[in-house]
Amino acid sequence: MAKPRSSSPRRPAAPTTMSGAAIILQALKDQGVEVVFGYPGGAVLPIYDELFKTNAVRHILVRHEQAAVHAAEGYARSTGKIGVVLVTSGPGATNAVTGLTDALMDSIPIVCLTGQVPTHLIGNDAFQEADTTGITRPCTKHNYLVKEPGQLARVMHEAFYVASHGRPGPVVVDLPKDILFADCPYVEASQVETKSYRPQVKGDSDAVERAVELIANAKRPIFYGGGGLINAGPKGSKLFTEFVRKTGYPATLTLMGLGAIPATDKRFLGMLGMHGTYEANWAMHDCDVMVCVGARFDDRVTGRLSGFAPNAKKIHVDIDPSSINKNVAVDIPIIGDAGIVLEQMLAVWKAKGYKADEAALSEWWKQIEGWRARNCLAYRPNDDVILPQHAIRRLFEKTRGTDCYITTEVGQHQMWAAQYFGFDEPNRWMTSGGLGTMGYGFPSAMGVQIAHPDALVIDIAGEASFLMNIQELSTMCQYNLPVKAFIINNQWMGMVRQWQELIHGGRYSESYSAALPDFVKVAEAFGGVGLRATKPSELDDVIDEMIGTPRTVIADIMVKQDENCFPMIPSGAAHNEMLLGPEDQAERRTSEEGMVLV
Amino acid sequence: MFVEGAPGSVRRPGREPVKPSDMPVQRHTIAVLVANEPGVLARVIGLFSGRGYNIESLTVSEVDEVNARSRITIVTSGTPMVIEQIKAQLSRLVPVYDVHDLTLEGPHVSRELALVKIRNVGENRIEALRIADTFRARAIDSTLESFVFELTGDTGKLDAFIDLMAALGEVEVSRTGVVAIARGTGLQMPQVRHEPGKRKGQAGT
Repeated sequence: MAKPRSSSPRRPAAPTTMSGAAIILQALKDQGVEVVFGYPGGAVLPIYDELFKTNAVRHILVRHEQAAVHAAEGYARSTGKIGVVLVTSGPGATNAVTGLTDALMDSIPIVCLTGQVPTHLIGNDAFQEADTTGITRPCTKHNYLVKEPGQLARVMHEAFYVASHGRPGPVVVDLPKDILFADCPYVEASQVETKSYRPQVKGDSDAVERAVELIANAKRPIFYGGGGLINAGPKGSKLFTEFVRKTGYPATLTLMGLGAIPATDKRFLGMLGMHGTYEANWAMHDCDVMVCVGARFDDRVTGRLSGFAPNAKKIHVDIDPSSINKNVAVDIPIIGDAGIVLEQMLAVWKAKGYKADEAALSEWWKQIEGWRARNCLAYRPNDDVILPQHAIRRLFEKTRGTDCYITTEVGQHQMWAAQYFGFDEPNRWMTSGGLGTMGYGFPSAMGVQIAHPDALVIDIAGEASFLMNIQELSTMCQYNLPVKAFIINNQWMGMVRQWQELIHGGRYSESYSAALPDFVKVAEAFGGVGLRATKPSELDDVIDEMIGTPRTVIADIMVKQDENCFPMIPSGAAHNEMLLGPEDQAERRTSEEGMVLV
Repeated sequence: MFVEGAPGSVRRPGREPVKPSDMPVQRHTIAVLVANEPGVLARVIGLFSGRGYNIESLTVSEVDEVNARSRITIVTSGTPMVIEQIKAQLSRLVPVYDVHDLTLEGPHVSRELALVKIRNVGENRIEALRIADTFRARAIDSTLESFVFELTGDTGKLDAFIDLMAALGEVEVSRTGVVAIARGTGLQMPQVRHEPGKRKGQAGT
């Protein structure tokens, strides 16, 4: 993600000194930070004291530090800016760990400031002490422990640089309390240079030329785009769409990439992978040239590796060299920013006057249309009980054309949302892909709503996930955030139940959501609005009322309990071994190798 | 619900790719130039343990005081795909300046230093001294019942010497692990020139 660093006018040569806490606020302002999600505590009180004195940086008081990070993620993903978190030492920092890991897996730029006990107490098992840099080392892109007041300003600016350059990710700055009181010299961001971390953003022009030649000569090509397109900024999605349209080739997207090409584009085959569409997965399997841009051949996408696109030449564009040849060996790797490389590719395509092989392409499309005709996302209408797919479809239809952002929790509802909700723009879809964090969606929606106060922000949730960060209802009501929680309530941890049905003989061990609260009353207790639909005939009215209510709303949608999420590639199977529905499920058994996979 | 008889693709046999786990395991010596700052070694070691890579040997020392840079030499083993991953993962650590695969980039020399204490008496003691001489090991400490030998060489030479000593008495060994550098005139990770007399700056936290 190429984001210009703020350049404030140069100060006189003599460095200004301020307290460490004031330095932090100054650095946040200079980095253009408008909002911080946080929770106070002993070790960060000096920073909160500075926050008290300024109006330039808004603080959102969450109810749990994990939610602070998810909110910052939602903020970052819906704006392209860096999300900022402020938590205290010890439990504040450890509570943030799940959020940091989530941001690492999904490449979301976050700067998380953690309090720490004073330097002379570090290692003494002091009150609320934790080895934060030790704990967060494997779950951040980078972290810092500031032990010298002279380093504070530099580290602050470097943290923003590291979080947003190259493959974005979370950065922790651990701040001992004595540093917050110490007199520190301030340096401008423009005077800070990171010497060691210089990610390559422009693709090797030779590789780009070979790639474009391969693309031009393809008979059965496919574009496979991912979250890197979103992280590349609006340019990434725009150029991806342009390249797909110019070539007329089919395109599929990962869960992370949805919105990079409009869902309404006829060249878009839908999401691929474990719960991707029949046509997307078959096209991936049968293609002869695969153009992967900003995706990382995740196991949820590839299925069984030995059966993954066996006849394809593969081009892989990624900003992170460690993503290349990690799971799948590729023929032409190109390291660079998705937007910049796509620009290079388009330039070569135009300069060389390449044209797609129309005859081969129309043959290929004929085959794809055959797969499409299977209509893999079809479901039988039901008048007695609300189908979860139908609920999401209706929500999509009723919000079409509005300024709408969707977040999700993790599980069946998440996959149904990815399948049945169409996204025509990037940055409209926030979901926990890599880590699969239940409890992500609701706080994430909070961050989205803060960034877009007038937009319609909906968390498509499951009842089990929603309970994992339900305390944020309190935050929502405090700040009058009109976030909508659209709970697909099947009273089960649905995806767990589905896997137990498929590979554990229907022994539903601990997957029933017993003792569920009355979500309508829960909403009211916190000061929000609760709605419920139990019959298909009530669904539309509830959705209308939810959208029309300018307050925090929980819509509790009671859906069919035993519905499974299809299509599905069972673990250990390849793209061409999809289950399309319950009929397939009975015939095939998951292999032993597949059963040990997650 | 599902349309029957719609066209589907014929499953082709395709080329069976070699599974990455079936590829031969090779040993590589990798040199890494890093910022000499707290936690950098923990990052490198944590990367290896967290991602399940092998470390056969790891040495580290500051090599450039003025610019606060340390050089880490890692001997690791894995399939070609794993070795490529190791290098890419190392390269993306923020405090890493440069990564070189000495095994791939041409001939290199590698050396280890060992301190070997042997406790014995009589004929074995004389034989130990004789063998030490053959290996060009130096006795750097001696009592009537023991020697401490200092020996440098490649890993194989040190292994051979230690095996022989073990046959002649009770042995205690301390080894540095491998340091390595490319042969020839090329400077892969040259020292950054600095004005003489300039002292250590504020680099590193």
